[in-house]
Amino acid sequence: MIKTLHKYASPMHFHAVARAWSAPLLWLAAALFLAGLVGGLVLAPADYQQGESFRIIYVHVPSAWLSMFAYLVMAGAGATSLIWRVKLMDAIARAAAPLGASFTALALATGSLWGKPMWGTWWVWDARLTSELLLLLLYLGYMALQSAIDDRRAAARAGAVLAVVGVVNIPIIHYSVEWWSTLHQPATITRLGAPAMATSMLIPLLLMALAFQLLFFALLFIRVRSELLEFEQRASWVREILRQARSR
Amino acid sequence: MSSALREFFAMGGYGAFVWSSYGLTALLLVGNLVLALRRERRVLRELSMRASVGAEHDAA
Amino acid sequence: MTPRRRRMVTIGLLIAGMALATGLILQAFEQNVMYFYSPADIAAGKAPPDRDFRIGGMVVDGSVKRDPESLAVTFVLTDYQHETTVQYTGILPDLFREGQGIVAHGRLDTSGRFTAREVLAKHDENYMPPEVADSLKKAPPGATP
Repeated sequence: MIKTLHKYASPMHFHAVARAWSAPLLWLAAALFLAGLVGGLVLAPADYQQGESFRIIYVHVPSAWLSMFAYLVMAGAGATSLIWRVKLMDAIARAAAPLGASFTALALATGSLWGKPMWGTWWVWDARLTSELLLLLLYLGYMALQSAIDDRRAAARAGAVLAVVGVVNIPIIHYSVEWWSTLHQPATITRLGAPAMATSMLIPLLLMALAFQLLFFALLFIRVRSELLEFEQRASWVREILRQARSR
Repeated sequence: MSSALREFFAMGGYGAFVWSSYGLTALLLVGNLVLALRRERRVLRELSMRASVGAEHDAA
Repeated sequence: MTPRRRRMVTIGLLIAGMALATGLILQAFEQNVMYFYSPADIAAGKAPPDRDFRIGGMVVDGSVKRDPESLAVTFVLTDYQHETTVQYTGILPDLFREGQGIVAHGRLDTSGRFTAREVLAKHDENYMPPEVADSLKKAPPGATP
């Protein structure tokens, strides 16, 4: 068991896996996007309160979920790397940061575009929006740290500590709408009991969420490949890949 | 444009908000893919340049 | 303890300490983290008397009175325990309607009326097509016949 773990955690092996899986994941995500878009924009009925504007949910909620998921990936990889000193985990954390940052920015932007017509404002400083903005700052801080520290090992370790400390923000984002009074409404899907959403509206949302998730993994794999090549540039397997790339 | 299509794009008067959300999403998702692939190409190019310089060095 | 175990414990303590510190800070600033006060908070005297704050609640059915000459409007907010009357002059958001949650920003006058500078609509976590909403209205779930 430990042996197979070691094999998969070896940079060479993971690079090969990431290379094999990114394209199929991309195609699968594209197909799910198509289905989710048709379902969300055409087939789903308008909402009884919000009319057609609620269709923003199909891009807002998946990106908001991913913004937190990517952080858990980054912090989990960071913690693993701090404890077990696995090089692969540094590469995963570094690859997850820009993706997480962009999905957080997207969640904030689409939320704003939804808030203006429905709430009557682009932005409020309530607990949900503020903690999500803090998440963006955590990602940006991690990325700044990575580019400011030249030594890769030191950068990875400093980043991992920041990521692990910042993980406290994730439950705050999720439960902010329950713990405090906020303008943002409470959870529809990720709550105890049945989702408070008609099935015809829910299915496209789940399709879109899955599409975003698969796309995230495809992008993560592509980014991890670059990180691994840089981390391991002296290793013989990297030289082999470079030789193949040149002869092509 | 047929009226059904026009109605679809109008999104009940919320067209500007809905379509800019979807447009922004498309831009960001495609942009992420392009950036990730470009970075990999750049890393490959840089490393292979450094490797060939190193190889000449070893030969000398 | 092996170094690996020691690192594991350090990280555990780091997260626990951070959670504790954040919890204490949020506890201390609870009034600021709360986005709005409810009419019951106001009745209990928790709301600041001489500065702006936000009030949130449901617009009572039939309470909205619009001035036909101007954009002035008054309505009653409830949290099903207490009520507060709100007056406002300006354009209301699309989702503002009776029976819907709203958040108003302004201040309380001595008579207990709330004068709002800004009114935002709050929507709930339920999404359904209009037909379903209509049939639910006719037969609320759990209603005894």
